[in-house]
Amino acid sequence: MAWVNAIIQGILTGGLYALFACGLSLMFGVMKVVNLAHGDLAIFGGYIALGVIAVTHVPVLWSFLIVVPIMAALGYVMQRTMIQASLDRSVLTTLLVTFGLSVVIENGLLQFVNADSHSLGIGNSIITKSFSIGSQIQIAYLLVLIFAVAVAVLLGLQYFLSSSRYGRMIRAVADDREAAQLSGVDYRHVFGIAAAIAFGTVALAGIAYGMYSQFAPTTGTDTILLFAFAAVVIGGLGSLWGTLLGGVVLGVAQQLGAQINISYEVLAGYLVLLAVLVFRPQGLTARKAES
Amino acid sequence: MNAPRPGNGTPLLEVRDLVVHHGQLRALDRVSLRVFPGEVYAIIGANGAGKSTLLRTIAGLHQPTEGAILYDGKDMTKVRPERRATAGIVMVPEGRRLFGSLTVEENLQVGATYARKGAWTIERVYELFGWMSERRTQRTAQLSGGEQQSVAIGRALVANPRVLLLDELSLGLAPVVVQRIYAMLPQILATGLTVLLVEQDVSQALRVASHLQCLLEGHTTLEGRPSDVTPAQVEAAYFGLGPEAPEQDEEGSEP
Amino acid sequence: MSTVTDTQVRSEEKIRVTRSRRNVAWTGLVAIVVIVVLALFPYIVYSGTTTIMVQAFIVLTMSSMWNLLAGYAGLVSVGQQAFVGLGAYFVLILAINGISPFAALPVAAVACGVASLPLWWLVSRLRSGYFAIATWVLAATVMLIIERFSSIGGGTGLPLPGFTGWDPTLLTAYTYWAGLAVTVLALAGTYLLLRGRLGLVLTAIRDDEVAARSSGARVGLARMLVFVVAAVGCGAAGAVLAISQLQVQPAAVFSVQWTAIMAFVVIIGGLGTIEGPILGTVVYMVLQQTLASYNAWYLIILGLVAIVVALFARRGLWGLVDDHLHVRLFPVGYWLWTPDSAGRRGSKGFGRRSRRAGRPA
Repeated sequence: MAWVNAIIQGILTGGLYALFACGLSLMFGVMKVVNLAHGDLAIFGGYIALGVIAVTHVPVLWSFLIVVPIMAALGYVMQRTMIQASLDRSVLTTLLVTFGLSVVIENGLLQFVNADSHSLGIGNSIITKSFSIGSQIQIAYLLVLIFAVAVAVLLGLQYFLSSSRYGRMIRAVADDREAAQLSGVDYRHVFGIAAAIAFGTVALAGIAYGMYSQFAPTTGTDTILLFAFAAVVIGGLGSLWGTLLGGVVLGVAQQLGAQINISYEVLAGYLVLLAVLVFRPQGLTARKAES
Repeated sequence: MNAPRPGNGTPLLEVRDLVVHHGQLRALDRVSLRVFPGEVYAIIGANGAGKSTLLRTIAGLHQPTEGAILYDGKDMTKVRPERRATAGIVMVPEGRRLFGSLTVEENLQVGATYARKGAWTIERVYELFGWMSERRTQRTAQLSGGEQQSVAIGRALVANPRVLLLDELSLGLAPVVVQRIYAMLPQILATGLTVLLVEQDVSQALRVASHLQCLLEGHTTLEGRPSDVTPAQVEAAYFGLGPEAPEQDEEGSEP
Repeated sequence: MSTVTDTQVRSEEKIRVTRSRRNVAWTGLVAIVVIVVLALFPYIVYSGTTTIMVQAFIVLTMSSMWNLLAGYAGLVSVGQQAFVGLGAYFVLILAINGISPFAALPVAAVACGVASLPLWWLVSRLRSGYFAIATWVLAATVMLIIERFSSIGGGTGLPLPGFTGWDPTLLTAYTYWAGLAVTVLALAGTYLLLRGRLGLVLTAIRDDEVAARSSGARVGLARMLVFVVAAVGCGAAGAVLAISQLQVQPAAVFSVQWTAIMAFVVIIGGLGTIEGPILGTVVYMVLQQTLASYNAWYLIILGLVAIVVALFARRGLWGLVDDHLHVRLFPVGYWLWTPDSAGRRGSKGFGRRSRRAGRPA
């Protein structure tokens, strides 16, 4: 039964990972940018939430209403300025600039906050509790909530991309940037929107993480970036639901690894990722192998 | 098709002494042209002559090294491609370049996103191409070459351009398909559009054009009305053979 | 027509091809003098200075390797810390088994080269962004695996055995010389490698991979070779690190910060030049020494400067020097001398990237 519990925990954690991953996937799918600062942006969002809560005393659960728009706006600005500038130069430059950004954010946080871990805490409501099924399975309400939020965000994103004007433009620009220009679409603006969505969702994920666990300045790279990347790769690029699948597979792999030996948790996830990279690099949901 | 060109009056689209480089290569060498409203202006020439480069520069995808592009008298040379499209210069690019993961209807919807007011709507495009309405929810990657070309034209039309740029429509398509597509041209022109097209198929171009310009290695070797040039002259201009290809002046009179 | 005549005339005149613009024999002489002077440092300066120099050597070696990867082979690796750590751990393992750490150094470096082969197999098919993160994942995985073994210290690490009874000044001196030797070998090795056939292949790949492949260049082999060499270099640097720290801790030797330092040094100094990392290391050491007490600051500033340089001065500091002085300390390109060019370097956009200076042929 402990194994069943592990699997359930893994599935639910997968929701959190999917929330981390969808922004990374979007930025890569639309602009071919691998944002190495992605994880650090999640933590940055968490720290902003800490600050906002300290100043406005808004309940933790509602802090995202303030933080997500701020981060989305930041995303638009960063994309239109720094990231677009690096895109105009080369792929290499983009990697270097986002890597530089990652280091600056991390060390900036280390310098201006401190190296300690923080947690957002979750107040006193029901979500501090968990419920049990049988004697071996214990599920935290918070985790279920996070999973539900992840699914909701993915559904919302899917609807946005498939049915809205901007969603169509994003897909068009991702398919063929020049042809979109010929249809009157300013692709830099569309990129900005995509980045805003990516930053917003990753901030939401950072807040969720902060409620569920603790974060420190280095958590962005230690944990989040590589997990997000793993979820995207395992699930398959180009599919939002693939990202959820990838997150779930990652979560389950980690929990099963932890069952064998608590210190195998993270390692198990990476080993699954490496296996996918070697044997099925297009991911689990893609239909055919890409070269 | 053989109506005289307005001698004075502002051309709708004008290119003056355009010089365009691809890296170190001089793709266009002081090319000029003038397109008047309602014309079908064809640019012909062999591979590498610079035809598509010319069209892409007019659309804004290339920046010229020298020269100017004027639209309705206004200098457009530094304007970004998407702004030219919303101003009324819309190109159907070489190779169709549809949005492969989008459906037929979605492709048209993208084209209509920043459309000007005019006669063309998505429904009107469906009327023009009878088969399209039934296949509107199909992804364009699944269409045949000719069908894709029609969708690409439709995508440009719904933006209600004033000048429609057609880049190598016939590329990769069977002749009978090409003819069918060019047969649409009168209906397009009837709504007040002007067409500037690039075509490798010379006979097809001669059939539809009201004015002709031939490029060879980046410069103009011939210009005039189809009725005023002989096949021999066209051939000479196309291949760059000797001094027998006289440059026509705009009234089309023999030297 | 006119084009035909020009070619005819040209082929009858003599065209010389040389490796460098000026006689650089004197550069080689200067290099030898510099090395000899540096080797004498332990006799002339305080051990505090030599310790700082060792740090510089470590950074310079690693940066040269990262430059080889990113600037020449086009491989942006965010996982080189894997080899830094492996180099340190190989030395530790050998030292635990009774071998002197200094003797273990070359063995550790070679072992890293061998270890890089299966790792290359794992990531070789991936493109840029994916490659970058995959190498990061690899490094994290390697660290997690190593931490499993308590015999080499588990998660907390171990002090480095093999130096009991050594005179501290002597140890510092030997460490310094080891660092110097590694750096000289790294730079010389890079220079010779790039000067030869591999350099040509890499430049061809950098300019146009498809064309290079169809001309017969073994692209995959060239990249693998670079990856292995970089692993050896970073492993050697890691070995020196272990010796200089007298301990090996996983979190320290496997830290992604090493890649950050490597990358920033190279970007600021000049990507794709051998001289660049030297300049960049100087900048890094100056920053680190002046801001040493302010911990995270030097990385923040380094990162910001690197971003600015990457966006606005793509060829880095050395690029700026090169533009104005046309100097090349490590000549790996070619100069084309035609009678009417007097060794002109050709237009700005042409000379650098293709490394073929002179008139367009």
